[in-house]
Amino acid sequence: MFVYADNAATTSVSKTALDAMLPYLTENYGNPSSLYSFAQKATEAVAQARATVAACLNAEPREIYFTSGGSEADNQAIISAAKAGARKGKKHLISTKFEHHAVLHTLKKLEKEGYEVTLLDVHEDGVVRLEDVAAAIREDTALVTIMFANNEIGTVQPIKEIGALCREKGIPFHTDAVQAAGHMPIDVKEMNIDMLSISGHKFHAPKGVGVLYAKKNMPLFNLIEGGAQERGRRGGTENVAGIVALAAALKESIDNMEANTAKIIPMRDKLFAELSKIPHSKINGSLEHHVPGTVNMCFEGIEGESLLLMLDMNGICASSGSACTSGSLDPSHVLLSLGLPHEVAHGSLRLSIGEYNTMEEIDHIIEVVPKVVQYLRNMSPVWDELEKGQRPHLI
Amino acid sequence: MALYSDKVMDHFQNPRNVGKLDDADGIGEVGNAKCGDIMRMYIKVKDGVITDCKFNTFGCGSAIATSSMATELIKGKPIEEALQLSNKAVVEALDGLPAHKIHCSVLAEEAVRAAVKDYYDKNGIAYNPDDFQIHDCEHCHD
Repeated sequence: MFVYADNAATTSVSKTALDAMLPYLTENYGNPSSLYSFAQKATEAVAQARATVAACLNAEPREIYFTSGGSEADNQAIISAAKAGARKGKKHLISTKFEHHAVLHTLKKLEKEGYEVTLLDVHEDGVVRLEDVAAAIREDTALVTIMFANNEIGTVQPIKEIGALCREKGIPFHTDAVQAAGHMPIDVKEMNIDMLSISGHKFHAPKGVGVLYAKKNMPLFNLIEGGAQERGRRGGTENVAGIVALAAALKESIDNMEANTAKIIPMRDKLFAELSKIPHSKINGSLEHHVPGTVNMCFEGIEGESLLLMLDMNGICASSGSACTSGSLDPSHVLLSLGLPHEVAHGSLRLSIGEYNTMEEIDHIIEVVPKVVQYLRNMSPVWDELEKGQRPHLI
Repeated sequence: MALYSDKVMDHFQNPRNVGKLDDADGIGEVGNAKCGDIMRMYIKVKDGVITDCKFNTFGCGSAIATSSMATELIKGKPIEEALQLSNKAVVEALDGLPAHKIHCSVLAEEAVRAAVKDYYDKNGIAYNPDDFQIHDCEHCHD
């Protein structure tokens, strides 16, 4: 059985999105900037997509900027707020320790350019505290950027409250909503969001297209100079088909959100319930504040990459925050930010479920994971020591 | 997965000589759980020859595969020959490893040495300590 359980990494393109985009690759291939009526079909499609996305977020169409994806949107939002702040002598940026690297690495770059960055703790449950945000705010704070939902552990942040606080203090508030869009309701007005990043391929649009929402009057600086596309804020001929697909997929996800959530949550809860029966396992992140589909657990005494390879052999696609899968010597910064010891964080597994998954697939995962964990533990000297009491169990 | 050669995947999926030797003559353990890999190597020695060898490994796919390959390469060999085993030989025998996984082969080489050293220590056999230096992983000490 083949089970795709890595929907937080990417998703398949939905039929709705594919059908919507195909004509803009073949028949209506005009450049939206061209004058003739043939190209106007593409122009109109982009305008329509912009209106659709705006409606999905309760924003205005002119507040929607199409980008190449979530990372570009994060970069542009943060760099813009930082530059605008610097002009007023404000060079302090607030974020959290467990942001996506698109945010963290942008902040790192700004730090080298003379900005000061405060990264807030996310506590053991992976949720930022409002009082921590309040305490970090200074006279010279130029931006607060806090992700809507975490990509590895799925915890949801108190966005509306943080937004209200920032608004009260007159500080721009950006949220990386890549893991939330299409999966949870987002209302930029009600949630007091000034800027927000979205990536299409996380909700069944193709890869390579995203959105930056920027509230009107938010200063935006270009990352890409060029033509007058995107109100002059992003040069380059529009990815028309991708944009059309993104709008169609976002609308479809939102229209079906209730039904999708009702389908996903029982699958997720079954995974949590059954996999928690594995001795010395641990669920990572608060379950109270959680996106529907993400399951992140640690299994003591084993290493994540070998776990993923074994799951792959059994047809299961999943991910891990172990060092060997992160490409560095350290396990995932997200898991470490929860206070997990390195040796525990190495044994992490993320399964992310979508509405295309079935309960039969969940049952396959539940059958395979305990066996694989046991197999790897049987050859693990760490597990041997844990079992003999020569090493204390940490979870 | 294209990350690993077929040989690596074979030794990962069907590791040779997994387990423990209760009556081992030498046991060597290298690595650090914090870094995400530990290898423990057991050897049985008779008349200067490694007659049996088993391993336990906590680590990634290549850590398991290099452990497995190392046991195959030293089993049945005189100790002196086992000590000649280089990480490069392990990598070659596995048809290569990705660059960031080379350290797994270093661990495998060191696990063999550590097991031999333990055997020497237990049997009062003299050796040059310089030949048994374990590389220092700075990362593990921060």
